[in-house]
Amino acid sequence: MGGLSHYLEEQGLATTQISLIREHTERIKPPRALWVPFEFGRPLGLPNDSAFQKRVLRAALSPLEAPSGPILKDFPEDVPGPVDLTGWACPVNLSEATAEIRGETDPTSGLIKEISFLRPWYDMAIEKRGRTTVGVSGMDIQQGAQFLATFLHDESTPSPRADLTVGEALKLASEDLKAFYLEAATAQPGKSSSGELADWFWGETLAGKLLLALKAACLKSSDPSIKMLGTLLLVPRNQEHRA
Amino acid sequence: MARLSDLNEASRVRLLNLECPAFETRPWVSGPPLHKRRVAIISTAGLHRRNDKPFTWGSKDYRIIPGDVSSNELVMSHVSVNFDRTGFQQDLNVIFPLDRLRELAGERFIGSVADFHYSFMGATAPQDMEPAARTLAALLKKDHADAILLVPV
Repeated sequence: MGGLSHYLEEQGLATTQISLIREHTERIKPPRALWVPFEFGRPLGLPNDSAFQKRVLRAALSPLEAPSGPILKDFPEDVPGPVDLTGWACPVNLSEATAEIRGETDPTSGLIKEISFLRPWYDMAIEKRGRTTVGVSGMDIQQGAQFLATFLHDESTPSPRADLTVGEALKLASEDLKAFYLEAATAQPGKSSSGELADWFWGETLAGKLLLALKAACLKSSDPSIKMLGTLLLVPRNQEHRA
Repeated sequence: MARLSDLNEASRVRLLNLECPAFETRPWVSGPPLHKRRVAIISTAGLHRRNDKPFTWGSKDYRIIPGDVSSNELVMSHVSVNFDRTGFQQDLNVIFPLDRLRELAGERFIGSVADFHYSFMGATAPQDMEPAARTLAALLKKDHADAILLVPV
């Protein structure tokens, strides 16, 4: 981020940036930066809190009026928290699904059944937000899940998209699968931290188990791009203990 | 939360050891007061429209985000799995604050919002984005943007 700022400023454009890693910004010394203490993935701090987001924006833009720099300011507020998660449970009750899924001998059928249990909640999320972030793979969610499950057992499975390598298609299908589950899980009102949601996905769902198994399978591949997928691009570092 | 001391040891060490570009010069561009500035956003979240080419490992280019884009048109193909996406799933503005910028323009805190915004995929080394960034500078000037807000993820 600081590098982009430097290149643009060299071209005659004034820049200011939000910084999520203070140590990097201290080293790069971009012209203007506001360090925020928020978690990665939330540079404006809080979703659905326009007043908070505007306070961050005003603080990030204000250094544009300073006469000289470099400037590295700290945003004085943290997000409210930690949220009391006592008794938090995913609003999507998969226990009924789990009972049915246990009867499935084919793991892919179990996954498809789990997806169908989540579907009403996912639809509610779209209705509530007017948008979805699912769809980056270009496959519908069942097609994507089937592709991931098939590849797990047969590495020669081709990419379903001519414009993507099989590794790229696996990566995008995995992101769609996670987004579908997490959008469904956050459909009901109620506070839940990103950590709780991640623990639910990776610890309690068949989709999470599929991606953990896929990581293990990719690590055994002789194809360097598939091996890299397994090493870096499927499972977050803080969930790798489940693999 | 994003204090390195809050991360686990492996993540903290990896981030601390990440190579950062070193610059010998310190360019500094001045401009009019904020309430007369035209602001464009550059995100490194790997955002793009649904029909755009997804970002992949090592992508050095950018995607264009028109200012009148519908929030449902934007998806993310950042390669990293080590940041939260649930905030983005609930509210685009938590990573791409276009609505908030419009509100600040309405309040005359800034002058106006540019017609076009841009996204890179931040897992690529900054040095590799330099040619695209220099091309982008010319486009931003054509849009009369004179304040660039860079937002990481």
